[in-house]
Amino acid sequence: MLDIKNLHAAVEGNAILKGINLTVKPGEVHAIMGPNGSGKSSLASVLAGRESYEVTEGSVDFLGKDLLDMSPEVRAREGLFLAFQYPVEIPGVSNINFLKTAVNEIRAYHGQPPMQAKAFLDMLKSKQKLMEFDANLMNRSLNEGFSGGEKKRNDVFQMAMLEPKLAIMDETDSGLDIDALRIVSAGVNKLRSKDNAFIIITHYQRLLEYIVPDFVHVLYNGRIVKSGTKELALELEEKGYDWLKEDIRLEEPVQ
Amino acid sequence: MSAEQDILQELAGREYEFGFETQIEMDIAAPGLNEDTIRFISAKKEEPEWLLEWRLKGFQLFQKLTMPNWQNFKLPEVDFQGVSYYAAPKNKVKYNSLDEVDPELLRTFEKLGIPLEEQKMLSGVAVDAVFDSISVATTFKAQLHELGIIFCSFGEAVQEYPELVKKYLGTVVPQSDNIYAALNSAVFSDGSFVYIPKGVRCPMELSTYFRINAKNTGQFERTLIIADDNSYVSYLEGCTAPMRDENQLHAAVVELIAMDHAEIKYSTVQNWYPGDKDGKGGIYNFVTKRGICKGKNSKISWTQVETGSAITWKYPGVILQGDNSIGEFYSVAVTANKQVADTGTKMVHIGKNTKSRIISKGISAGHGHNTYRGLVKVGPNATNARNFTQCDSLLIGDRCGAHTFPYIESKNNTAMVEHEATTSKIGEDQVFYLNQRGIDNEQAVNMIVNGYAKEVLNQLPMEFAVEAQKLLSITLEGSVG
Ligand SMILES: Nc1ncnc2c1ncn2[C@@H]1O[C@H](COP(=O)(O)OP(=O)(O)O)[C@@H](O)[C@H]1O
Ligand SMILES: [Mg+2]
Repeated sequence: MLDIKNLHAAVEGNAILKGINLTVKPGEVHAIMGPNGSGKSSLASVLAGRESYEVTEGSVDFLGKDLLDMSPEVRAREGLFLAFQYPVEIPGVSNINFLKTAVNEIRAYHGQPPMQAKAFLDMLKSKQKLMEFDANLMNRSLNEGFSGGEKKRNDVFQMAMLEPKLAIMDETDSGLDIDALRIVSAGVNKLRSKDNAFIIITHYQRLLEYIVPDFVHVLYNGRIVKSGTKELALELEEKGYDWLKEDIRLEEPVQ
Repeated sequence: MSAEQDILQELAGREYEFGFETQIEMDIAAPGLNEDTIRFISAKKEEPEWLLEWRLKGFQLFQKLTMPNWQNFKLPEVDFQGVSYYAAPKNKVKYNSLDEVDPELLRTFEKLGIPLEEQKMLSGVAVDAVFDSISVATTFKAQLHELGIIFCSFGEAVQEYPELVKKYLGTVVPQSDNIYAALNSAVFSDGSFVYIPKGVRCPMELSTYFRINAKNTGQFERTLIIADDNSYVSYLEGCTAPMRDENQLHAAVVELIAMDHAEIKYSTVQNWYPGDKDGKGGIYNFVTKRGICKGKNSKISWTQVETGSAITWKYPGVILQGDNSIGEFYSVAVTANKQVADTGTKMVHIGKNTKSRIISKGISAGHGHNTYRGLVKVGPNATNARNFTQCDSLLIGDRCGAHTFPYIESKNNTAMVEHEATTSKIGEDQVFYLNQRGIDNEQAVNMIVNGYAKEVLNQLPMEFAVEAQKLLSITLEGSVG
């Protein structure tokens, strides 16, 4: 589904991603861990098409198409979703209208007619139930005055509504209380299927107990320096990243 | 090239949708302004002697008054002698029914989205359509008449209700108020007149649609609205003009009078031709609008959505004379390309417990400049006067500007005046967030702008809120900052 080859990207001339290789197949859950500033959010941004990042090398294939060639909205319509580390507030824009627009834009892209109000509301209700999402938040402006946790939950709710093929969740667990974490994880598990895939960026093993990953990768200094199964996450939790950093330094050529 | 530049360029190249010209035979006065011009207009309109005298007095004041110099833009030279002060479709000056109106004129209003045939009209909206200097048609007149409501062209009011006109004309905006008000009082062409009798709630929106068509003319309409005790009226004006290379002057005067417990809601969706991307052509929209809350517990509310004109220069205000009266001003002003807006309000608190509320949302894109200028004045007897002002500016791109000049003069120490102001840019983060949900740049900006302006748009009657949203979208076609 997603095939990242030797991806390099820079911001304002500073190299941030330095040769990422990653393959994600339908039905898989990949976790990406790594110290602060290692490039996890940058990877998510590059995949979603944030303009401030310049791809300097490499390729990304998404469902047989060149992802890097698409505008951000086309990537979204093709089925790529990013739950942001820091979802923004958009004052005055109603959450419902925003979602309806998003749903219909994606439908239009696939040649489907806009959803009728009734069908949309039914879908809204069923997803609200599925994700245990507070209906009151639905009637407010998009993230305006939401708490950190509420913003994260709103993003995950949008994910449920838009039914992406590939969802990237950037530190969705940061800022969630224990109950919310459990609810969000349960929601994500319900959304999992053999046809979709998840990339979960997190610092905490705890989330991965709820959403069990097929693979765990460690991103360090713009590169994936280690990959393994869910046991790797446990090891990282225990030992931190320092032991990896030493390994890597040994591997890096002397400049 | 970045998406931002793309969009800014697209924005610069946006088209004005209503820029067509109607080919129709016109009766046009020769350019020039002197006493004879005024006598000519007055005679054309078969006006009584007192009105001619009043016009001539206005002309004298116009000659004495000087141009103001406090505005935050370069005042263009207006050649008052080069303008024609009267243009009306030929044939007939007064129409008794729509059947008598030139079909070409009806088609023009259809094209503008204002069908005048009553069966086709939006239900619940009565329209007075003013084409250049003359009112073409007023719909739903008969129904309104049954309630004692008068809604007609100004010219007709002069003929049919001279006592009412004489009693109130110039009582809110004196002829000497400013040079453009003086000019208007000398040469005003047509406009609307509304009288709501005691205890009547006007059951439909009253609306006037202004269209400048003829070349080299000015438009100088006058509107007078009187809401008698315990009455209510909601009034809306809209306007467009053809695209022309030269600038055209629009200098209107609007006077509102609210008696005891009366309420007037006045909404404007202003979409005069703004000029092209280099700032060539466009309407100079120099307008004086003022209401007086004469009676106790009365209320006047101005809502404006200003998207057109090369220069918009106006400050709809309220004189809060009656105790417990309320004045409101809700404004969205958009300037794109080389447009300029210097607009705001004046709230003059005279009575006790008077309240005013000012919500101003400026949006600047391209090389547009947007100035909020507001005065809150509290007189010595205005015990417990309250004002709240919220003044926000939104910038799209980095070549535009926003400016805020709030003035407060208080002579009563029980008064409370609050002012809040913010300036923000449309964030790339916001646009990207919406992009990531499948929404393209253009629609993303629309959503953000409409969200930003929502508090004002919500004040508009339903049918027009939708129109206004569309207009904002067209005006800002795809801008990101
Ligand atoms: N706009 C930017 N300009 C310069 N450096 C940036 C910018 N955005 C991110 N970076 C840098 O890129 C590196 C990776 O950041 P990020 O991807 O957010 O890390 P993570 O999500 O792993 O904590 C950091 O060193 C960060 O400071
Ligand atoms: Mg991050």
